[in-house]
Amino acid sequence: MITKRIIPCLDVRNGRVVKGVNFEGISDVASPVELAKFYTEQGADELVFYDITASFEERALFTDILRETASQVFIPLTVGGGINSVEDFDRVLKCGADKVSVNSGAIRNPSLIYEAAKLYGDQCVVISADVKRVDGVFRVFAKGGRENTGMEAVEWIKNCVNNGAGEVVLNSIDTDGVKGGFDLEMLDKVCSAVNVPVIASGGAGKIEDFITLFKTLPKVDAGLAASIFHFGEVRITDLKQAMREAGIPARV
Amino acid sequence: MTVIIDYGVGNLFSLLCSLKAIGEDAKVSSDPEDLRSADRLILPGVGAFEDAAKKLRESGLDTVLREEVAKGKPLLGICLGMQLLFEKSYEYGEHEGLGLLKGKIVPMKGVIDESLKIPHIGWNPLLFKKDCPIFRYIKEGDCVYFVHSYYATDCDDSIVATAEYSKELTAAVNKDNIFGCQFHPEKSGAVGLSILRAFCEL
Repeated sequence: MITKRIIPCLDVRNGRVVKGVNFEGISDVASPVELAKFYTEQGADELVFYDITASFEERALFTDILRETASQVFIPLTVGGGINSVEDFDRVLKCGADKVSVNSGAIRNPSLIYEAAKLYGDQCVVISADVKRVDGVFRVFAKGGRENTGMEAVEWIKNCVNNGAGEVVLNSIDTDGVKGGFDLEMLDKVCSAVNVPVIASGGAGKIEDFITLFKTLPKVDAGLAASIFHFGEVRITDLKQAMREAGIPARV
Repeated sequence: MTVIIDYGVGNLFSLLCSLKAIGEDAKVSSDPEDLRSADRLILPGVGAFEDAAKKLRESGLDTVLREEVAKGKPLLGICLGMQLLFEKSYEYGEHEGLGLLKGKIVPMKGVIDESLKIPHIGWNPLLFKKDCPIFRYIKEGDCVYFVHSYYATDCDDSIVATAEYSKELTAAVNKDNIFGCQFHPEKSGAVGLSILRAFCEL
């Protein structure tokens, strides 16, 4: 039986992990390569590298880091951030990324998903959507959650999947950072609308939040989080153990 | 030395790195001489069957591959590279494979439970069906990473492992010196590296 995936997300700027803190056993927590190795040993099923740089020079540094990580870490790597064209897909795939996640790039250029899926296959294209309730309606936000696009989220995600997105990362702006648990209502809506893997993001504060997620919504395939792993509030080894004890299939 | 056959399909960076990580002398090549001098061969592949089979034939490397395998050289097909080892694929039509193994590649759609997602993406435990030398450092139940929408069937004489996805799907095959993994050992963490290490010791 396929296992539920646990995915730490690393924000990378200037070749360093932003928000990296103390970890026993690694000397340089701001090194994406060291942190990626550490999470892999703990049992992370996949890693997301999020490029939050803006300039061209910094982008080259990001791909150097990606290449170095991919040469030392042998689990699937997803890259997001600054993906606006098929050339951006090419750039990160050549450096060892397995999947590429698009967000604002797909909003600006609706044909990006289709073009990339045709070239690299559906399994390579991940649609990452930042979604927030506005007057009771789920709306897609762009530019890191700052701009309401006015688009209804479930329809938008369905469209992306129809165009070839092979996976969905659903990030709830409403629950993000609150640490009160994942946005089950929003996830349920999206899971019912698409038949590709859905990755829950935004809201995890403790181990129980992941257990509730997978127990309540068996259609959710993976849970993604950043700071709770970086700050050591949740250790992936403990999380995997708790999942198994709760009867949720997990790779140890 | 292990040669990863480059016939213009997919990104071979991770696979090359994974072999280097286990200390194997490895290279990516499309030069027939490299294939002939290699101790063992890896046939990688992602994408569509028809396109990959065509590229392999057009490169002429299929002939070299057959000759080397006939001499007993170990060959490992990975993902689409494993599917190419079989006689036929029914991915968008009907296409000829290498025919090194008996069996065919068919869609999962209509075969697995409708509630399950296609592609089959993620980590799934291996169920062993027969002893296989490339599993010597791993155990049954170890998880490996899959990404595929088609699978090998009618391959009873070569199947060595399956993975359960509402039904048991072919995960690995072996006949004599020919090996194949539907999953990606180069993306399956320590377990995957152990499989590659065992293959590189053949």
